Amino acid sequence: MEYNNRLLLKGNEALVYGALLAGCDCFFGYPITPASEIAHSAAALFPKLNRVFIQAESEIAAINMVIGAVAEGKRAMTASSGLGISLKQEEVSYLAAYEMPAVIADITRGGPGLGNIGPEQADYFQLVKGGGHGSYKCLVFTPNSVQEMCDMAYESFRMAEKYRMPAYIMADGVIGQMMESLTLPEPAVYDYDPEWKMGRIVDGKANIITSIYLEHDDLEELNRRLQAKYRLIEDTEQRAEEFMTEDAEIVLVAYGISSRVASGAVTMLRGEGIKAGLVRPKMVFPFPKKSLRRLLDNGVTRALVSVELSAGQMIEDIRLSIDCRLPVYLCNRMGGNIPTCSDVCDMVKKILWEMKQ
Amino acid sequence: MSEKVKFGKSSVFFDTFERRPGPIKKNMHYCPGCGHGILHKLIAEAIEYHGIQKDTVLIAPVGCAVFAYYYFNCGSISVAHGRAPAVGTGVSRANPESFVISYQGDGDLGAIGFNEFIQAANRGEKMTVFFVNNANYGMTGGQMAPTTLPGQKTVTSPYGRNTATDGFPLKVCELANTLESPVYIERVALTTTAHIRDARKAVFKAVKNLRERRGFSLVEVLSPCPVNFKMSAQEINAFIEERMTKYFPLGCFRDNSEVAFAPLPPPPVHDPEKVRELLFPRKLNIGVPKTFRNESKIFNYERRIKIGGFGGQGILSLGIMLANMAKLRNFNVTWMPSYGPEQRGGSASCSIILSHNKIPSPLIDRDCNLLIAMTQTALEKFIHELKPNGVLLYDSSTMKRPDVGEDKKVLGIDALDIATNRVGNHKCANSVILGALSVILIDHYLEGEDKMDFDRAFEEAIIDGFSSKPEVIKQNLYAFYEGKKVALERIKARKA
Repeated sequence: MEYNNRLLLKGNEALVYGALLAGCDCFFGYPITPASEIAHSAAALFPKLNRVFIQAESEIAAINMVIGAVAEGKRAMTASSGLGISLKQEEVSYLAAYEMPAVIADITRGGPGLGNIGPEQADYFQLVKGGGHGSYKCLVFTPNSVQEMCDMAYESFRMAEKYRMPAYIMADGVIGQMMESLTLPEPAVYDYDPEWKMGRIVDGKANIITSIYLEHDDLEELNRRLQAKYRLIEDTEQRAEEFMTEDAEIVLVAYGISSRVASGAVTMLRGEGIKAGLVRPKMVFPFPKKSLRRLLDNGVTRALVSVELSAGQMIEDIRLSIDCRLPVYLCNRMGGNIPTCSDVCDMVKKILWEMKQ
Repeated sequence: MSEKVKFGKSSVFFDTFERRPGPIKKNMHYCPGCGHGILHKLIAEAIEYHGIQKDTVLIAPVGCAVFAYYYFNCGSISVAHGRAPAVGTGVSRANPESFVISYQGDGDLGAIGFNEFIQAANRGEKMTVFFVNNANYGMTGGQMAPTTLPGQKTVTSPYGRNTATDGFPLKVCELANTLESPVYIERVALTTTAHIRDARKAVFKAVKNLRERRGFSLVEVLSPCPVNFKMSAQEINAFIEERMTKYFPLGCFRDNSEVAFAPLPPPPVHDPEKVRELLFPRKLNIGVPKTFRNESKIFNYERRIKIGGFGGQGILSLGIMLANMAKLRNFNVTWMPSYGPEQRGGSASCSIILSHNKIPSPLIDRDCNLLIAMTQTALEKFIHELKPNGVLLYDSSTMKRPDVGEDKKVLGIDALDIATNRVGNHKCANSVILGALSVILIDHYLEGEDKMDFDRAFEEAIIDGFSSKPEVIKQNLYAFYEGKKVALERIKARKA
């Protein structure tokens, strides 16, 4: 049979395709707008390959089912949005402590509280800074297209397994809901059989998975091991796309839907003779510090602008990345509103004007 | 009973408890007189007797039994408070050949995790739950539990459990017994030898049910907690026998073990060819080579199209047909629906952007090149987004010709009438519109060979979009050509 690998999908559907192609065995979810198409698509496709789909009784149950499946050495994922992700935080902390991989998609919406279903990017702190109790981190992918929803879902399993830690795919409602054409990757060859799974006998003892360490020194050792892992990831896995940054006097930093708007704004600003550029993090943990620090040495960049759909969350990491050596401004909307390219242009021009004063 | 009582330690227990920190490796960490040790022993013997040690997964709760894995040499995971049945669901579904035991206490099962418990029971997960009911929270120091008896004093009910404010003790077996799915429900007690012998039978049966894939089993165990209750062995036994069993009667509530059976599900498919067969679209003899590039200059800029109407008019699928056409001709294209409650409230709209270049944002709230309005409401809602010189295409069978000013091109098509009367299916109104749209594009915007190619491009989009439904393709193609014909007539008449 001859196949075509190019098709038109919603971002949420593309994520499920990417997961299935990566060899995901189980999907556990609970419906929530704007992430529901992930569950719809998983419910339709997983059973066709005899893989597991369960509509759990809650987001909490769903992430616990993920833990059970992963503990059996299988690939598992769940998906939700903002408030549902808040509910899962206890188990994400457990996953970090178990040192087990899992993939969690967060199709973000407006908050706080019930908020609304419009696109916000205000889950940044929750996903990047830990979210649950304890000193831990998660890998955080930030796709900005339907193609990347598929590719990053695929990649997130590989990276979560390499580092044995949870990986988030953080996409806003627009990236989840929109359709674009994409090219599917080839199905992965399935040879997943992790050595730590339950049911393995090591030295006559069955493997166990636990996160309780009563001895303080034992728990400190776990924490040191985790932190060393996070440092290694920060050293080796930073990912960003740079657009017209070489000679940029003002550099926008944005991910997800805001990065698409920002790239349009950069083109418009360039058209008006303003040397603007864009750094787009493809992951926000690890944060692309290297890309930002390079701007300090290029001798032309005078300011950075964080374009976000939040009250300013990523902006803190931008400032820390460059040790506050350049001014960093915030260009934001909230509540589900998205600025247009010309809105961002105007805000950048206003910032430039203020800088001259 | 048939199983012989074995003296000494079960082989499922470790010889010495090396996983236990500190110097004591021979004894369990439980308090003197605690029921957990007895129940552990019964479970270990049952696992050994039924020969399922290798594939048993014991899920340890939060509570005194959090360290059950110190003792049992089988796969084990210590999980968040109350979530054992959900984790067990994940284990058992991911590996149907595993034997899942969820070991839980009052707070874990009856309070924080009751939902996970009752839902797993209701789904009939292939697992056995041992519920240790000792009428208080043992590990945290003897607080009130959902199972604490009326009037019973604990550190968080110092004046006795007040049923007016704290409610009544939770009868877990009775609650589970209202569900269809569980196969075996029994309540036992760990007091006298006779009761422990009954408990042993129940434990063995519940473990046998696991081995034989019978379904969900629940064994509630009334268990002594003399240290927190500040009672002697005799006193705590008397408390259970005289007071607890009054409220929590012992016995079997249900046993369908012999009739229930769930066969193993088929293994997951990872064969790349099978995966491709499911996910990759079949290659159709349509589309253009990867190098093809439409030459018309209009696509050097974004072409922004908004479609609005109500649900059922095919608004979203009209947008998808356009997006499909763009995909087949190697354009960059985005399709963005209105989503959520608004959609379910009856109205539907979507934005489509086509371009040769990268498309920044898929949203349209201004500078729209083409507005397709299928209802009056949609027209009123979106008309302000239409650019000067933009085109309005509307369904003239459902609305009057709107007055939108001289600077905009307006074309009305009786889409619903044509679809209903000529095509015979009102659902094809969107394809009629597509036909009219192609006329506008070809007449006004496309250049050179693109004019020839676009009819074919639209046809291919319909074929591709409905590739699984041949009869729908035929109807929609017919509707498309009817729409085209009428649009051409309209434009001709206007020019004349």
